[in-house]
Amino acid sequence: MSVHKPLPHDAAPLHVTGEARYVDDIPTPAGTLHLAFGLSSVAHGEITSMELSAVRAAPGVVAVLTGDDIGHADCSPSNNDEPLLALGMVHYVGQPVFLVIADSHLNARKAARLGKITYAEKPATLTVEQALAADSRFEDAPRIWARGNLPDGFAKAAKVIEGRLEMGGQEHFYLEGQAALVQPQEGGDMHVTSSTQHPTEIQHKVAHALHLPMHAVRVETRRMGGGFGGKESQGNHLAVACALAARLTGKPCKMRYDRDDDMVVTGKRHDFRIDYTVGIDAEGRLLAVDFTHYTRAGWSMDLTLPVADRAMLHADNAYWLPNIRIESHRLRTNMCSATAYRGFGGPQGMLGIERVMDHVASVLGKDPLEIRKANFYRASTPAKAGPGTGKRFSAEHSPKTAAAPGVQTTPYGQEVEDFILHELVAQLEKSADYAARKAKIADWNAANPVLKKGIALTPVKFGISFTLTHLNQAGALVHVYHDGSIHLNHGGTEMGQGLFQKVAQVAASAFGVPVEAVKITATDTAKVPNTSATAASSGSDLNGMAVKAACDTIRDRIAGHLAERHKTTADKVSFAEGRVSVGTVDMSFAEAAMSAYTARVSLSSTGYYATPKLAWDRIAGDGRPFFYFAYGAACAEVVIDTLTGENRILRVDILHDAGTSLNPALDKGQVEGGFVQGAGWLTTEELVWDDKGRLRTHAPSTYKIPACGDRPRVFNVDLWVGANPEDTIHKSKAVGEPPFMHGIAVLMALSDAVAACGDGSTYVNLDAPATAERILGAVRRQRGGYV
Amino acid sequence: MTGIHFVLNGAAVTVTGQPPTRTLLDWLREDRGLKGTKEGCNEGDCGACTVMVSDARGSRAVNACILFLPQLHGKVVHTVEGLKGQHPVQAAMVAEHGSQCGFCTPGFIMSMATGHLNGVTDHDTHLAGNLCRCTGYAPIVRAAESASREAVPEWLKAEASAVPSVEPPEGVALPRSSDELAAWYAAHPDGRLIAGATDVGLWVTKQLRDLGPVAFLAGVEDMRGIEVTEDAIHIGAVTTIAELLPAVAPHHPGFAAMLRRYGSAQVREAATIGGNIANGSPIGDSPPALIALGATLYLRKGDTRRSLPLEEFFLEYGKQDREPGEFVEAVSIPRQPDRLKCYKISKRFDQDISALLGCFNVTVDGGRVSAARIAYGGMAGIPKRATAVEAALVGQPWTEATITAALPAFAREFTPMSDMRASAEYRLEAAQNLLLRYFLEDQGLATNVLEVSA
Repeated sequence: MSVHKPLPHDAAPLHVTGEARYVDDIPTPAGTLHLAFGLSSVAHGEITSMELSAVRAAPGVVAVLTGDDIGHADCSPSNNDEPLLALGMVHYVGQPVFLVIADSHLNARKAARLGKITYAEKPATLTVEQALAADSRFEDAPRIWARGNLPDGFAKAAKVIEGRLEMGGQEHFYLEGQAALVQPQEGGDMHVTSSTQHPTEIQHKVAHALHLPMHAVRVETRRMGGGFGGKESQGNHLAVACALAARLTGKPCKMRYDRDDDMVVTGKRHDFRIDYTVGIDAEGRLLAVDFTHYTRAGWSMDLTLPVADRAMLHADNAYWLPNIRIESHRLRTNMCSATAYRGFGGPQGMLGIERVMDHVASVLGKDPLEIRKANFYRASTPAKAGPGTGKRFSAEHSPKTAAAPGVQTTPYGQEVEDFILHELVAQLEKSADYAARKAKIADWNAANPVLKKGIALTPVKFGISFTLTHLNQAGALVHVYHDGSIHLNHGGTEMGQGLFQKVAQVAASAFGVPVEAVKITATDTAKVPNTSATAASSGSDLNGMAVKAACDTIRDRIAGHLAERHKTTADKVSFAEGRVSVGTVDMSFAEAAMSAYTARVSLSSTGYYATPKLAWDRIAGDGRPFFYFAYGAACAEVVIDTLTGENRILRVDILHDAGTSLNPALDKGQVEGGFVQGAGWLTTEELVWDDKGRLRTHAPSTYKIPACGDRPRVFNVDLWVGANPEDTIHKSKAVGEPPFMHGIAVLMALSDAVAACGDGSTYVNLDAPATAERILGAVRRQRGGYV
Repeated sequence: MTGIHFVLNGAAVTVTGQPPTRTLLDWLREDRGLKGTKEGCNEGDCGACTVMVSDARGSRAVNACILFLPQLHGKVVHTVEGLKGQHPVQAAMVAEHGSQCGFCTPGFIMSMATGHLNGVTDHDTHLAGNLCRCTGYAPIVRAAESASREAVPEWLKAEASAVPSVEPPEGVALPRSSDELAAWYAAHPDGRLIAGATDVGLWVTKQLRDLGPVAFLAGVEDMRGIEVTEDAIHIGAVTTIAELLPAVAPHHPGFAAMLRRYGSAQVREAATIGGNIANGSPIGDSPPALIALGATLYLRKGDTRRSLPLEEFFLEYGKQDREPGEFVEAVSIPRQPDRLKCYKISKRFDQDISALLGCFNVTVDGGRVSAARIAYGGMAGIPKRATAVEAALVGQPWTEATITAALPAFAREFTPMSDMRASAEYRLEAAQNLLLRYFLEDQGLATNVLEVSA
């Protein structure tokens, strides 16, 4: 079986030789034109004049388009509120206002700087306070979910703690910027190559903008140079612009953003402010939790509603919260439109409750890990098979595996059926030697006046499925050629996560052939239609199952054919190690395929999968939005300099649950990379807007993602051994987003180190990103300095 | 017609008819169809465009996005295609799962292959200029370590050392001596001098500026190199930061430790000390260290040479004591017992522009401060000496009480600004604390987070 093997990424040999093609690397026909946007320089205002003659006269310029020329060519993934080019009004600094079509990328960029636009400026809504004051929001009112009896919880509480946490957004910084290439076809059809996580959305948006049926637009995506959510909706603009330009000129049109434009134009992770009031008992158990989330969504809706929902859905993380109320404000501001980013609101919601745990421990003078464990959901594993259980007879009439007695539910009513964090955290505590190191750190801190160390161990429970339930479906198309080679296609996209390799392993396993027999092909809306974005960590879950269904169909046809030919039954036909055996007859897979072909058996099939068990009412905040949960925990040790706030991550131990991994090497890569990205979000990655709404950190010179030396000195990553109790592809679990949240351990360890500067009388209150400056401020507060 | 000659992936090429500010990256991708070299940021900060450039001085990893074609004249260039899939770092990156999305990978491969060729073992430092957003770097470092056990391919050694001999091209100013440069600059006083192009490169790629007449300085051999005499360390202006680092390390290890964090390996290989001074950055990184060491700057205009204390060169933000047609020829540091520490504060440790930088050179005799030279970058419009702080220290006992008493002088000395790197308040507080750090480190306390392990 190919599955479960630690095979390298299928494209690794192409990556290391530079042969792997990204959109901008594809050879283009002579005469291909290049596009660039002219951008708004004000955050909010009415366009009073546009003087574009210098743009039109610039070298190499073929045409210049404005909103007046194209009307509302919508680029929104949600509610049609994003015209490609501003229509009279601008809503953020960096909004595309006009489009330059030129003979080269550089000429297009140069010309785009020559536009003279005047605005009647309007007050810009930039801060949470300004948005609240103006009641500037998406949806008519804050979303509120509640469970239990909050006043009752507070009444029983031994202590009530209040606080506020602010956390910044995050730039995706995919190394390959946004890019699209559109080649006009006969009859007005369009062929689009896009660096996108969502080819169907690109197809839909291009078709809409050109008033074409979707069948006239074909979108292909072989790979992205990173996505992280930033290519779920943010590539729409480039593809739509290229399609409009291609129709206008009849020429192939390509667009890629210069890095600064990319960072200014496109959306980022939502920043959040979370206010909390919690009531605890003497042991630190949470009896009442009242959260208010405020997020700055930017100028358009984009994916803000499901992002903010997911933040609410992870407000519990791993903890039983009997009485809870969550109020979520999705604020409309004059900034780039915040969008999907790995974790999709989950990290923000989770950070809220992890901050509460830290705060509670500080107030009670206890180890935060003790508080975390005291609040864990009750241990529960699916009822074991055996006498007295529903599985004993495993027949149709047997009772379903009922929720074990005492299974607790999330605030939104989903049963937490497979809570493995008690065991997982215990194992990590042991392997990381948490208790002994914590004691050693206390001694070290006592001996070191300038430098202080800190340690924290934090858990992750992350819900797997799109919360928009209908997106939990996938299709695949598999061909077996009569030489035994296999052509694989599915709706998922490859952005580096190794999806294609994992799914190829699934296909190879289904046919019992080596993975080299499977050709992985570009995602193509002409092969598999109506795909969901490759997002929500669901790529391998959904597409793996769809591919398996397609492969099983073909395999069963071959088996049926061989059984008939060899006078036996299909169950006597087996596929393994590239061979097919029928009783005593043995042949290569290629011979079996040729045999089926000559017998006129179809060797092509689609496959389809829809995730079961989901039922979710997002307005009520009730139901089962997730098929299952993925778990993990991280232990981080840091050191800070109390004179400057400089800091280092010294050691990190992670134990992560990927179910029965489809490919442990690729999954470990997701855990390592996800952690570092999450740690970057909470430490050095700071987005700074000025009071005019201009992003001041719009290039890698000013926006600092982790560099090589920022990874932990000691970095131990292990996968938890345990099958997914749900019926997922080969019992694996999704692994794209959950490890990102292990970065929270770093922020909490920094908080621990800062706490070592004080006497425990005040809580550290360290906001994110915990830059050296924020850490120094927190140290000063601990030492009773000026605030 | 003669053009720019160099050897690309083993084959000689001649480039003609290109503007002098055409970047190697654009030329590789657009004219040569070599798409393995990627554009990630177009400003020398991400390393996706890293290529290997070799000449008589050795092989270096540099950023192709801010490298102009004339800078390659007479060099040997390798791109990822030139490794032919046969280099040990390529196999190691596959085996260790060092690529995910793969976009940064060719740049990493070229940095790693260059490090491999040069026997580099400090991978964190060597790879700081290559950003990866997917892997978290751990598997990349594992690959670098694994490849370090393999030999450098003989064909690569041979190709890298086959440096072509060339004559100066027509139509591009590539002076070969200080005299030639002085003559060119006298004739083009409005011209632009380009040494490593790590700063000027961005004027072209980001500001889309037309630079007018330009001269490239990399061939001015009599302005390159470090000479250590009994009295001084003399540094030619076109000495790169990478060359300066090991040369100053034995004399002033604190200076070298700071230079390790100057830009990235790619930037240090291109950037020159002369450029770092002449561009007049308020941060600079090397100027505060040089000022603290009492450096002298040597300027030349035509046949006229003059010298001045380095701190007097920086007049105000964007303004230096340099006449049209005058250029930085060298800088020298007087020999002295080493008391220098340089503290660079930035959001990210490696490859970041300083929020502030404090350099301290305090001499203590018999428990009293006998001399003090302290300079900061990022605290004013120019790299600036903290003369009031120095005055508060000199003659005083070398005690924490003296430090504390000197701290109020900072607010008189500096009114730093707030920007995306740090607030004015943080800059001032950290600047004060750095003096305290210098003192505490002198007392033997642990003050460096980089020296702590779990």
